[in-house]
Amino acid sequence: MLAAIILAPLLGAAILGMFGKRMGERLIGLIACSTVAISAILSFYLFFKHQADLEHGQKIYEYLFTWISVGTFRADASLLLDSLSAIYILFITFVAFWIHIFATGYMRGDKGYWRFFAYMNFFMFSMLTLVLADNFLLMFVGWEGVGLCSYLLIGYYFTKDFATDAAKKAFIVNRIGDFGFALGVMLLFLKAGTIFYFDDPGRGIHGAFDWVSGQASDPLGSAAIFAGGITTIAVLLFVGATGKSAQIPLYVWLPDAMAGPTPVSALIHAATMVTAGVYMVARASSIYTHAPTAMLIMAIIGAATALFAATIGLAQWDIKKVLAYSTISQLGYMFLACGVGAFSAGIFHVFTHAFFKALLFLGSGSVILGMHHEQDMKRMGGLKKYMPITFATMIVGWLAISGVPLFSGFFSKDEILYRAFIAAGLGTAWPTILWGIGAITALITAIYMTRLMVLTFWGKPRFSDNGEAAAAHSHDSHGHGGLPHESPRSMTLPLVVLAAGALLVGYLGIPEGLSGGKVPNYFEHFLKPSIAESNAQHTEVAPNTRTDRSLQTEAPHQGPATGAEDHSLELTLTGVSIVIALAGIGIGWLWFKRKPLWNPPGLLEDKYYVDELYDAAIIEPIKDASINVFWKFIDVRIIDGAVNGAGQLAGLFGSGLRYLQSGLARGYVAVVVLGALLIIGYFVIKLSM
Amino acid sequence: MVPLSWYLALSALLFTIGAVGVFIKRNAITIFLCIELMLNAVNLTFVSLSGFFGDIGGQLFVFIVMTVAAAEAAVGLAIIISIFRNRESLNVDEIATLKL
Repeated sequence: MLAAIILAPLLGAAILGMFGKRMGERLIGLIACSTVAISAILSFYLFFKHQADLEHGQKIYEYLFTWISVGTFRADASLLLDSLSAIYILFITFVAFWIHIFATGYMRGDKGYWRFFAYMNFFMFSMLTLVLADNFLLMFVGWEGVGLCSYLLIGYYFTKDFATDAAKKAFIVNRIGDFGFALGVMLLFLKAGTIFYFDDPGRGIHGAFDWVSGQASDPLGSAAIFAGGITTIAVLLFVGATGKSAQIPLYVWLPDAMAGPTPVSALIHAATMVTAGVYMVARASSIYTHAPTAMLIMAIIGAATALFAATIGLAQWDIKKVLAYSTISQLGYMFLACGVGAFSAGIFHVFTHAFFKALLFLGSGSVILGMHHEQDMKRMGGLKKYMPITFATMIVGWLAISGVPLFSGFFSKDEILYRAFIAAGLGTAWPTILWGIGAITALITAIYMTRLMVLTFWGKPRFSDNGEAAAAHSHDSHGHGGLPHESPRSMTLPLVVLAAGALLVGYLGIPEGLSGGKVPNYFEHFLKPSIAESNAQHTEVAPNTRTDRSLQTEAPHQGPATGAEDHSLELTLTGVSIVIALAGIGIGWLWFKRKPLWNPPGLLEDKYYVDELYDAAIIEPIKDASINVFWKFIDVRIIDGAVNGAGQLAGLFGSGLRYLQSGLARGYVAVVVLGALLIIGYFVIKLSM
Repeated sequence: MVPLSWYLALSALLFTIGAVGVFIKRNAITIFLCIELMLNAVNLTFVSLSGFFGDIGGQLFVFIVMTVAAAEAAVGLAIIISIFRNRESLNVDEIATLKL
């Protein structure tokens, strides 16, 4: 059953890839959407069938075959459904299904329709493999597969230079991260002797997480990073996460990835693939809880990325670029949550973010299509009159990401900020600093999202005087010169569904403090068996013996569930968050309503010159070295020199030896006789002595 | 009874005549005859040693040599004839087109 979830999209990809060129658009759309629908239905069926078991920490394995077995190394193609992967497949398949529906409308009339959906289906296969794998190697297969699909889809418009450049950039930057990930897995195998997640006596395998829970925690300190122990593994795995999930310093590919079609940005670069890093970190939570240094690094990088990207997002004019930086910023939040030990809060934010960010991206796609492929917010404005459904749904997404109470983003963001504030084991100053950065980021998030909404939907229309823009863009769009129009129903329906999701999914995980502890945080409760709690967080002994070893047992009982004062603190912080969100929206509203075209500081608009810095510090030296050292010296002089030298040497010998070839038959005879005489003479002398 | 050394001396003499002939003669047929002479000198050695040691193997070997020599004569004469048809000459020093 689990295999069918994975294989349905693969089948779709195979059919579309081989025969799609000869199919009509309707058939292609039907195949692509139905395979994802099969995955989604099976995911929901399995989830609700096993809900109680998963909640109690049961793991459902599906063994397919042993993939590699060499010495003590073993990797199986086998799938694992536990509460973490169950939640992931639920929202992945659900959101992906609606994005596929949206894409059937968005991509209408595109020449590569079949190619697009073949890639999208293959992406679904890879992403589900990543999530459902029961060992790190199979996860890596999915990890690379989603990277490949990301590359193919960013470079989907391959006739345009900027798209192919962006695709290459994404692929290469991800490669750096993957290198760290692969090294981390290798080191884990070296230390633990296995790359499986958990013990499975049925197959006679041991799990790395069960191994790690028997180890002592590494001390907090920079020495542990290079000690080659658990902390080194954790840091290397996090390097992989920074690549895939676009964190400092490897975030640079994600904004450029917006060169792909908008449904791709929504599915891959907002809702699913970029959260793979968070998934991996949460999956390896028992490793991280033994590596406090890696946790601190993760929290700091997450918080720094959140703030950094949010400030850049404040100053972008391209509607998709704003959302891209917003995604980076929200991913930073997720890593901040994981870094302070609140893995389930991080996953909860992944979950809510998937809905509201997919919604915002699809909304922006609807706007772009309605504006005849215009992405510059300077030429938008006043669209609420023309696109009422897009407008209404985008409002939900806007309020959700800004953290307005009762929308989904509010619950998850609030939980993260609270957990950052009470984080223990990081020293005294860090929790406050991390909380402060998170709170400032929340403010900026509200401001830039308000800016996006105001510039797009309110104010005076600025597209009437764009004669030259329409002329410049007329080659790649259809039916020009008209006013903006609402998108077809295949696009608005997914918007409405996702808006409902963005509104409602937050109620699955209401922080306990908000209700005074009366309503348990169902989401966290459900995830608990799969997530190792940090030493500082509260601890419970899970009923299933196979999972409780992955939990910490030495930590004292404390946390939100125990004291009333905790709730008062949480309520205070929630109040602060609400004020921040409303203040951000208010500031954005007042400021950008009056001056929509206010020029932001150049430093922000130019993204802190990070791309230029990387260019000068890394790319140019590599190019220089490649051309002047590796090509013109090592390749041309040394390698070519050696090959040509060998040829010339053989020629030299030949031209010397050819003088022996006299053509005189009697001369040859003389040589033969002389040789025979020499041999006979040798034996005669030898025997006579 | 002729002693063995006489046979061997005759054989060595015949072989030397053949070898010197191959060296100094330019006519292809003469060289060919000299080669036959050398082969038969060796045959003589085989037969005489066979008689001396009372071992039939030497005489057997002579038959093989004679068979090969017959085959070689057939092929060699055919080559010589076709060279003559092409070049109108049997001088081996002139047949040197395989050199540089």
